[in-house]
Amino acid sequence: MATTAPKPKGKAARRAAPDKNPVERIEHEGLLDVRGLTTYFKLGVGDVKAVQDVSFTVAPGESLGLAGESGCGKTTAALSILKLLPENGRVVSGDVLFDGKNLAKRTEYGMSKIRWKEISIIFQGAMNALNPVRETGKQIAEPIQLHEGLSEKQAMVRTRELFDLVGINPKRVMDFPHQLSGGMRQRAMIAMALACNPKLVIGDEPTTALDVMVQAQILELIERLRKELDLSFLLISHDLSVMAETCDKGVVMYAGEVVESGTTADIFNNATHPYTRQLIKAFPNIHEKREMVSSIKGDPPNLINPPAGCAFCPRCDEKIDSCETEHPGLTEVELGHFVRCVHARSFRSDAPARGDAAVPELKGV
Amino acid sequence: MATVPEIGAGLDAPVSDGDVLFDIEDLEVYFPITEGFFKSMVSTEKKFVKAVDHISFQVKKGEILALVGESGCGKTTTGRALLRLEEATGGEILYKGQPVRKYSGKELREYRKKAQIIFQDPYNSINPKQTIFDIVAEPLEVNNVCSSEREKEEKVITAISEAGLRPASEYLYRYPHELSGGQRQRVCIAGATVLDPDVIVADEPVASLDVSIRNDILKLMVEEKEKLGVTYVFITHDLSLAWVISDRIAVMYLGRIVEIGDTEEVVANPQHPYTKALISVIPVPDPLARREHVILKGETPNPVDIPSGCRFHPRCPEAIDACKEIDPEDVHICGDHYAACIRIK
Repeated sequence: MATTAPKPKGKAARRAAPDKNPVERIEHEGLLDVRGLTTYFKLGVGDVKAVQDVSFTVAPGESLGLAGESGCGKTTAALSILKLLPENGRVVSGDVLFDGKNLAKRTEYGMSKIRWKEISIIFQGAMNALNPVRETGKQIAEPIQLHEGLSEKQAMVRTRELFDLVGINPKRVMDFPHQLSGGMRQRAMIAMALACNPKLVIGDEPTTALDVMVQAQILELIERLRKELDLSFLLISHDLSVMAETCDKGVVMYAGEVVESGTTADIFNNATHPYTRQLIKAFPNIHEKREMVSSIKGDPPNLINPPAGCAFCPRCDEKIDSCETEHPGLTEVELGHFVRCVHARSFRSDAPARGDAAVPELKGV
Repeated sequence: MATVPEIGAGLDAPVSDGDVLFDIEDLEVYFPITEGFFKSMVSTEKKFVKAVDHISFQVKKGEILALVGESGCGKTTTGRALLRLEEATGGEILYKGQPVRKYSGKELREYRKKAQIIFQDPYNSINPKQTIFDIVAEPLEVNNVCSSEREKEEKVITAISEAGLRPASEYLYRYPHELSGGQRQRVCIAGATVLDPDVIVADEPVASLDVSIRNDILKLMVEEKEKLGVTYVFITHDLSLAWVISDRIAVMYLGRIVEIGDTEEVVANPQHPYTKALISVIPVPDPLARREHVILKGETPNPVDIPSGCRFHPRCPEAIDACKEIDPEDVHICGDHYAACIRIK
C-alpha cells in the first residue's frame, strides 16, 4: 500500500536533513497515520514497555479519542508522535506518518518545523503548563514570532485575535497566568495551541481538574474551533464519557497496547473487549437506572515484564486457558472495529486476524 | 471510654437511623479580606468573602448527604464548618441538639472523635515518615482511647481490614510511598474510622484517583455506611458520583444551597435552573445519546460581590427581571425536595 521513497545511501544521504530535501510524499491514510508505534523507557531494572505496537489514523477534520486508565501509555503515545519523550524514553520501532512526512525518522531540527506549526498540543494541567512569571499573551506570541517570523508587535495583534477566538477578553493579554481563572488558563492554552494554524491539535487531558461546567465550556469550544478551522483533534483522556461526547473515533489502550478501536458508536454501543466493557461500566450514566458503578479487580500488569499472553488475562472474567500463553492479535469484528481478544473471533469466524506483522513496513524518509 | 467527663456526655447520646444528626440553621461563614493600611484608612467598609451565606439543612443519621457544586461554591467550607475546622461567623450548627459553637476543651476533643474528615489528596494528607500502623493508631493515642497496647493493635487491625487492606498484617509496617493512591486513600479512611465516628466529612475523596480505584473507594464508603452506621457528608464537584452513592443531594451555588432533596428525585426532576444545567453537562458514556447541553456562560462570580436578588440570575438561562431583585426563598416541591427559585410554581 505504501510507496517507499528512494532509500538514502551512504553518509551523505544520512546527513541530509529531511526537511531540506523534501522527498516524495509517502502515501498513507488520513492526516496522521501511526503504525506499529513502540516506545520504551529505560530504567535501571530494565525497559518499561510503555507503548507496544500502537496503530491508528486520524483523518482531516476528525477527532479521535485515546482512552485508558493511567499508566496505559496514552500520553506516551502522544509524546512519541511529537518526539517530546523524556531522556530515558525512545521510540523503538514504528512510523508516524503525518501529511506525507515520516516523523519517526525526523531529526530534532526537522521536528521543530513540525511542532506547533503543524501539530500542537494542549498540555494537561493548565495551572502548570504556563510560565508564571511571563505575561500570558507574550507566551502565546512566542511561537508565532518563532514560526511565522512576525515581529513581537504583529504577533501580539494575532494573540489578541486568538484570545477573542477562544472567548477571553483581548484586554487580558498582558495578564499573568495567576490572574486568570482555571478555565481561562485552559482557554489560553488552547489559544496557544492554535497560534500557528496547525492541522492537528493533541489535547492531553485538556479538561481534567476542571469543574464540570468549565469542562463543558472547554469541550464546546474545542468542538466549535474544530469545525470552524477544520482541525483534526487527538483527545487523550482517562474519562471515557468525555470521549463518547466529543470524538468520532476511539482507541482504548491497556498496558501499552490497543485493545479496541473503532468509531465511538462501535466502542460504546458494541463494546467487545472485556476490558472496554468493564471500563464503560465504571462510568455512571445519569440517564439510566441508578446502580453502583463497578470496578475492575486487580491492577494493571508491570510493563517491565509484561505477561506473555493477553495482558488483561489476570483481571479478565472470560479468560480461557490459552489466554495465559497466547498473545492475541487485533481482530476486525466489523468494518473498522478492531478488538484484541481471543473471543473476538467468535463474533465473526471469517474475520481475518490482523496480526502484529500485518503492519506494512516503511523504509526511507 | 469510662473517663469521659460529664460535660461531653451528650455527645454519646444514642441516635437511631433517620434521626437528625446535624441541624444547620442559617449558617454563615465569612472570611474578612485584609486590606493594606492605606485602603483601610480610606474606606470604612469591611469586605468579606462570603463563602457560606446563610444556609440551613439537616444531616440525618446513617445517610450519605452529597454537597455538590463548582469550585468556590462553599461546599468545602460548609464541611469544614461542621467539624469546626472553620469557625462559623453566624448561625448555628446543632449536633444531636447541642450547639457545636459552644464546645471547648474536652468537649471539643470528644466532638472531634465523633466527627472525622477524609481529605482529597491521599498523597499529601498522610505523613510519609510514619508507618501505616502509626498513621492509623495516632488518633487513638492522641485521644487516649486505648487502655493497652493490645487493644490499640486490635482496633488498628480492624480498621485497616475494614478499609479493604487485607490481610492487615501485610500493610501495618509499610510506608505510604509503598502504596498506590487508592491504598493510601484506604489508609486515610481507616484513620478516620478507627475512632468509631458518627460522621465523616469526605472532601472530594476520589477526585485524584483512577476510575476503577475511584469506584472501589465509593463502594467502601457505602459499605461502611451500612456496616458501621457511619454518616457521610460527601463533598464532590461531580454530580454523577453523588448520584451513584448518596441518599440526598444538596446543590450549592455561591454560598447557598439552591436545591436539596432525595438524590433520585433531584436528578430525575431537577427544579432549579442551575441543577438542570449541571445535570445536562454531565458527560455520558453513550455516543448515540448525545444530549442538548445547557452550558452556562462565564464563571461563578466573585463571592465578595454577590449579585443582587437571586445570585444565579446573571448566568441563569431562565432569568426574568424580577430575579434581579428578589432573593428567592426555598420552595417545597415534594417530600423533602426544596429548590430556591422564584419561577417554580
